[in-house]
Amino acid sequence: MPKEDIQLILDTAVSFREVLERPIKKVPPLQGKTIANLFFESSTRTRLSFELAERRLSADVLGFQAAGSSVSKGETLKDTARNIEAMKIDMVVMRHAASGAPHYLSTVIESAVINAGDGGHEHPTQALLDMYTLREKFNKLQDLHICIVGDISHSRVARSNIYGLKTMGAKVSVCGPATLIPRDVERLGVDVYHHIDDVLPKVDALNILRIQLERDAGRLFPSIREYHNYYGITRQRLDKAGGEVVIMHPGPINRDVEISADVADGENSVILQQVLNGVAVRMAVLYLLGTRN
Amino acid sequence: MNILLKNGRLIDPVSGRDETVDIHIVNGRIDKLGHNITASGSTQSIDLKGKIVAPGFFDMHVHLREPGFEHKETILTGCTSAAAGGFTAVACMPNTKPAIDDESVIKFIHERAKIALNGLVDVYPIGAVTLGRKGEHLAPLAELASAGAVAFTDDGDPVHDAEIMRRALEYSSMFKKAVIQHAQDLPLTKGGVMNEGFNSTTLGLPGMPSVAEDLMVARDIQLAKYTNAQYHVAHLSTAGCVELVRDAKKNGLHVTCEVTPHHFTLTDDAVRTYDTNTKMNPPLRSRDDVEAMKEGLRDGTIDAIATDHAPHSFDEKQVEFQQAPFGIVGLETAIGLAITELFEKNILSLFQLIEKFSTNPRRILHLHEIKIQEGESANFTLFDPSVEWKVDVQKFKSKSKNSPFGGYVLRGKAVGIINNGQAYWN
Ligand SMILES: [Zn+2]
Repeated sequence: MPKEDIQLILDTAVSFREVLERPIKKVPPLQGKTIANLFFESSTRTRLSFELAERRLSADVLGFQAAGSSVSKGETLKDTARNIEAMKIDMVVMRHAASGAPHYLSTVIESAVINAGDGGHEHPTQALLDMYTLREKFNKLQDLHICIVGDISHSRVARSNIYGLKTMGAKVSVCGPATLIPRDVERLGVDVYHHIDDVLPKVDALNILRIQLERDAGRLFPSIREYHNYYGITRQRLDKAGGEVVIMHPGPINRDVEISADVADGENSVILQQVLNGVAVRMAVLYLLGTRN
Repeated sequence: MNILLKNGRLIDPVSGRDETVDIHIVNGRIDKLGHNITASGSTQSIDLKGKIVAPGFFDMHVHLREPGFEHKETILTGCTSAAAGGFTAVACMPNTKPAIDDESVIKFIHERAKIALNGLVDVYPIGAVTLGRKGEHLAPLAELASAGAVAFTDDGDPVHDAEIMRRALEYSSMFKKAVIQHAQDLPLTKGGVMNEGFNSTTLGLPGMPSVAEDLMVARDIQLAKYTNAQYHVAHLSTAGCVELVRDAKKNGLHVTCEVTPHHFTLTDDAVRTYDTNTKMNPPLRSRDDVEAMKEGLRDGTIDAIATDHAPHSFDEKQVEFQQAPFGIVGLETAIGLAITELFEKNILSLFQLIEKFSTNPRRILHLHEIKIQEGESANFTLFDPSVEWKVDVQKFKSKSKNSPFGGYVLRGKAVGIINNGQAYWN
């Protein structure tokens, strides 16, 4: 996505962010439009955030969850999507466990497809809301240094953040055990760290990823305890690094695993702002896509 | 069938000939080979000026899908695809249903091949190494060999257990047959759907590291050395494997290998569109690997070009990349890709190209040589090395159209084949 587009979305989100502070939080631009939320993978917060954004823009919302639907009866993604589209949908928001699924979907249906997270590939609206939150905090993105901490290999949040932040002129590092850093990631223009204390003093903000407890237990890293001891972001660790660091997390949080409770709830944490900004950013994306010709 | 091939350039690696000749074929045999032969009576005369006459091409790695997966391909459609692609013979892989782990399946394939196009294309079944290709229990290799299996493999899957591999090598060497390995370390590639590297990182797709292929080939070469057996690497795709095979040959081991046209043509950059027709196993690799394929072909490390023709129906590939089956069709683009990528780019001469398409596969499988002499039966591939054509997958004779090369402009195409008293013209 080019810099101008990101800029436009973030700027548009500012006005929707104001709407969200009004007593009546609803505006009419998508009246008469129908948006289908196709969530083939469960995700409470992204789905709620999109749904709220759609309703705030006065769109009609069609919800769909894979569990209990025809997908579990062996219907293909193509058939499911075409059936839903046959009901005259204007836009599709899709979450899917397979990387590239929204890309594929856009080749078989007419409607605009918004990627709400696909496998280990991308999560564009999360990166946009992360950038919005950083810009709100620092009044700029250019030359900020952000470190993404955790399982970079399997993280769509990491990839989208790297693309977005690099485009906006920020410096991006990634930090995690070698087993969770994907091959050749430095070719994306990021610095790779394996020791969190080496990078902490250098950064303006941390984007801390949720560590998947169930992920190939014992094969990619030895234990949650060891992960917490070496990569967990704690007050003590932040103090030792000196200086203040903005704390972000895409959620849901594993308290005292990748982030200690006092850091998550601390004064430099913008985790709850991220959630609120998420609605405004998604409103901006839906508005821009839904009102173009 | 009486045919007079006029003015073709005969290139025959077996006899070392490279000259323009006329060939008169009477009742499927070479009646006369010389200059200024004139057609008489019912003889059909074909002018092959500027075209190549070669000993029949042999694709030693084809999935004909029958029995069991006739919605993807049948022996008839597979043989037609082979004929259209310029192959007079194929070796078919045992990952059918049932697998080729019993002589009855071999007999079934032979029977079907005999009636497909009146036996135009020779079909040589390759037997399974283990029962059901499960990797646990040796298949009846002697019985399969007696029934006509030309080699053994569990292709589709590797023979993963080193002990089974060792015993398969020992056992098959009693009757001079190669064990063909689909080299893939399974734990290292668990869940993988493409080559591991920068592209898998950006696409967020689980990777299959090249080292997983290297490890299995390295292990097998040690086993081949220990057992003094014949070992063949199917569809090798990594620079590491080329080096391993090169060293094995230098050390005098009976180790051979094949490469597919897609592995010497495409890199994993092709996957960036999530096109499921770029999903195959082994996966498309890096630029360095592709260069190593070419170098291996050039210096003779890579003996054969084989397509790994793996048909899948349209719907089977119309899914998310991770859900799609591995494999692409290859018979009808092989000559075009080889001419375009290897001959035109001065990697191989036509002579060498024909060795890799005809002479060497037959040698690896211990089949008789094709003799181009008067009195011998006519087994020819005729191709035009300079014609330019655009690949239209809908025109494929194969039942399946799953090719990443649709729309490609290639140079070089089969004109036709002659074999077993039959001819096929494009
Ligand atoms: Zn294979």
